[in-house]
Amino acid sequence: MSETHAQTVPFVRDTMLPPADPPIKEAGAVRWLRQNLFSGPLNTILTILGVLIVWFVASHFWDWFSHSVWNADSLADCRRIIAETWGEGARGACWAVIRERWNQYVFGFYPVELYWRPTMTFGLLFVALAPVLFSESAGIRRIVLVLTTVLTLWLMATLGAPAAWLVFAAVVLVGAILISERHVAWLLVFSVLYPLMGVWFLWGGSAWGPIMVLAGPVLGWIAWRLLGRVSALVATVAALVVPLVWWIVFAGDASRDAQGIVSLAIPAVDSDRFGGFLLSITIGVAGIVMSLPLGIVLALARRSDMFLVKTLAVIFIEFIRGVPLIALLFVASLLLNYFLPPGTTFDIILRVIIMVTLFSAAYMAEVIRGGLAALPKGQYEAADALGLDYWKAQRLIVLPQALKISIPGIVSTFIGMFKDTTLVTFVGLYDPLKSMSDAVRASTSWKGIYWEPYIFVGFIFFLICFGMSRYSMYLERRLARDHR
Amino acid sequence: MTDVMVSANPPFRPSMLIHDRRYRSMTFQVIVFILVMALAWWLVNNTVRNLAAMGKDFDFGFLWQRAGYDIPQTPIPYTSDDTHLRAAFVGLLNTLIVSILGCIAATVVGIIAGVARLSNNWLIARLMTVYVEAFRNVPLLLWILIVFAIFTEVMPPPNAFRGDDPAASMILFDHVALTNRYTAIPTLAMTNDPGSLDLGARITFNWATIAFVVVLVAGWIVRRMIAAWAQRVQDRTGVRPTTWWMSLGVMTVPSLLLIWYFGLHMIPPQLRGFNFTGGLNVQNGLVALWLALTLYTGAFIAEIVRAGILAVSRGQSEAAFALGLRPGRTMNLVILPQALRVIIPPLISQYLNLTKNSSLAIAVGYMDIKGTLGGTTLNQTGRELESILLMMGVYLVLSLIISTGMNIFNASVKLKER
Repeated sequence: MSETHAQTVPFVRDTMLPPADPPIKEAGAVRWLRQNLFSGPLNTILTILGVLIVWFVASHFWDWFSHSVWNADSLADCRRIIAETWGEGARGACWAVIRERWNQYVFGFYPVELYWRPTMTFGLLFVALAPVLFSESAGIRRIVLVLTTVLTLWLMATLGAPAAWLVFAAVVLVGAILISERHVAWLLVFSVLYPLMGVWFLWGGSAWGPIMVLAGPVLGWIAWRLLGRVSALVATVAALVVPLVWWIVFAGDASRDAQGIVSLAIPAVDSDRFGGFLLSITIGVAGIVMSLPLGIVLALARRSDMFLVKTLAVIFIEFIRGVPLIALLFVASLLLNYFLPPGTTFDIILRVIIMVTLFSAAYMAEVIRGGLAALPKGQYEAADALGLDYWKAQRLIVLPQALKISIPGIVSTFIGMFKDTTLVTFVGLYDPLKSMSDAVRASTSWKGIYWEPYIFVGFIFFLICFGMSRYSMYLERRLARDHR
Repeated sequence: MTDVMVSANPPFRPSMLIHDRRYRSMTFQVIVFILVMALAWWLVNNTVRNLAAMGKDFDFGFLWQRAGYDIPQTPIPYTSDDTHLRAAFVGLLNTLIVSILGCIAATVVGIIAGVARLSNNWLIARLMTVYVEAFRNVPLLLWILIVFAIFTEVMPPPNAFRGDDPAASMILFDHVALTNRYTAIPTLAMTNDPGSLDLGARITFNWATIAFVVVLVAGWIVRRMIAAWAQRVQDRTGVRPTTWWMSLGVMTVPSLLLIWYFGLHMIPPQLRGFNFTGGLNVQNGLVALWLALTLYTGAFIAEIVRAGILAVSRGQSEAAFALGLRPGRTMNLVILPQALRVIIPPLISQYLNLTKNSSLAIAVGYMDIKGTLGGTTLNQTGRELESILLMMGVYLVLSLIISTGMNIFNASVKLKER
């Protein structure tokens, strides 16, 4: 029956239909638009609102931005050029101020003939950071170091660095590349020496000062080795006391005497000549380098079993976190004279660095404490089960994991601190944002220029801070050891 | 059988202070205590010697002397004949005003931006990303200066609003005028003013304000009672009574009655001569500081809100829908409690940051406590030590109050673990 019926069917398809094109609404750009911008009434309204915002911003700034002037001597000159080129009444950006005051924004009032010194210091910073920041990837490290070498040497040559220092920088930079190809860890020696070198390059003066500072830990180490045979306790105490005694009592005279015998001096630059991004980066880098170890110690102290240590850490952290940075900066500029022995004066930049360090160390301690708390209890117990003592357990098991968990928080503390370096303007230092822009406006030729300096400085800060946050994301991915 | 006898309590030897873990921490703490005491003694001793050398003393008596300077914006009556203490108090109130306004606005901005950044709408999500990154990666001081410069450089002077064909016009239906010196906003006035409660020292509270606060708090408590009653009914019968109109009524009707009774109305600012009068002329320093703090902190709160929402897994809302909960109750009972648990602790620290950052008022000439006590008073009296210590103490107390209050709130939304 079915067979007969089958033969009555007039048409049986024996070829497949070619696949039809998807409906126009469901393909290509239209589909994307429908899904992402017009998926419902609310989304459509939001899209229109968004377009309006973009249009509002663009229409206000495009004219201004496209009428940029890069070559002019003064704001009046700028306005004349804008009026001549784009007609009377046209508005335009006068970036010429950045071009003309570039050196002031970057170096502050640093002596012009010594600009190469901060430049070299900044270049060598990357050598010091290379084994720490780029330890995981040889490729990136190579790119960074080669770029640093080329740029630093080229800039130093343009800024008129003496040949001897050019050779020095070339040897260090090229040497760093060669060493990093074999043993990255060896560069850590340079990283440790860098802070003292940096201070000497920036402030100048006698090299014996930093050398004598460095001699402190060396003497402490010698004392520790010598006395270690007698008693571990005596050795430890000596290793702590000897450098302190050396720094407080002998180092000053020793460096003066040594300078008298062999002069190792370069022209000194006073702290009040520092300004602009040189100042921000100096304070920022110093604060970052010092606040991390201090923060770790504070976090461990706050989690300690010892009541007194814990209480002191809590008081310190909560006190610092409870007051604004400005108040602490005022303490540095006004009150430190009260707290130190009569007649002591020391450098305002150093005071500010100390305060900024303490400030961000307190925040850092809380971030790291979070990381320590997030670590499963089993890790601590495993460390105990292995028979590790406190410091070994912290160093080998707890801290590496806790710090890894806290990377986002640590980096955002760094970013916050770097942004806060602009507050030094309130204690009379020349930060790039307020003091420097005020100084630029104080000259008759640039009176009344507001937006261009602010936008320029904001852009540089954005680049640095955004770079840091992206680096922390990269680091998180790199260090992720869990199973994906 | 080996018979190594280990005595449970070996005789005490001095070397055990270092080598025995039972005593080592005690030894260490004693050393730390001695060092800290020595440091404290050293600092105090230095301070005493320095003060003596400068011929100064440590005395807060200057607080009762005549201040002799004016403060542009004073929430309580203040003249230059008042004491430094009152000036400091005015500064503290100004700090509180900008902090509280900033916290409220930043929360609103942050929630909107955080939710919008998760939106399916590509354009809105990108715009919010730009907003968040732009504000998070640039110093707050820059935003304060830029907003302040917009007010002082771009806004028209008050007299531009004059004439039949003025160069500038008011916004928000002729209620707000943005000028380069101040922002004129409407004030509230009453036809049936009940008078004020005098707290002494020329600090007064209007009875109407007190009545509104009482009515709002009472309304909120009654609303909670209604919710509890609805819960009881639901537990007993399985049907939840409709309560939204009761809650709404309890929260709004008494306030509306009060508004009608006191004859509360707005007086928009009017241009008289060269200036706006009638309304409230808010100093641009406050507006700029408030706006910049709001936008800056809002960007941080947006990230916190986003993280909080992402922390609640999708399965939670799906499970709630599967149980038959309506979207509103899903949000209230399932998603929000879990998201808030993640959001509140970092939110507390953002509020604290905002309060501390309000000390940047110094950049725009807004007289907060940094500007009065830590600024003009300090410069006039030369009492650096006392002024700055007092100011830091005030900030510490403020921080402690905020964090205690928010921690209590946090404890109420925290996961109740057994």
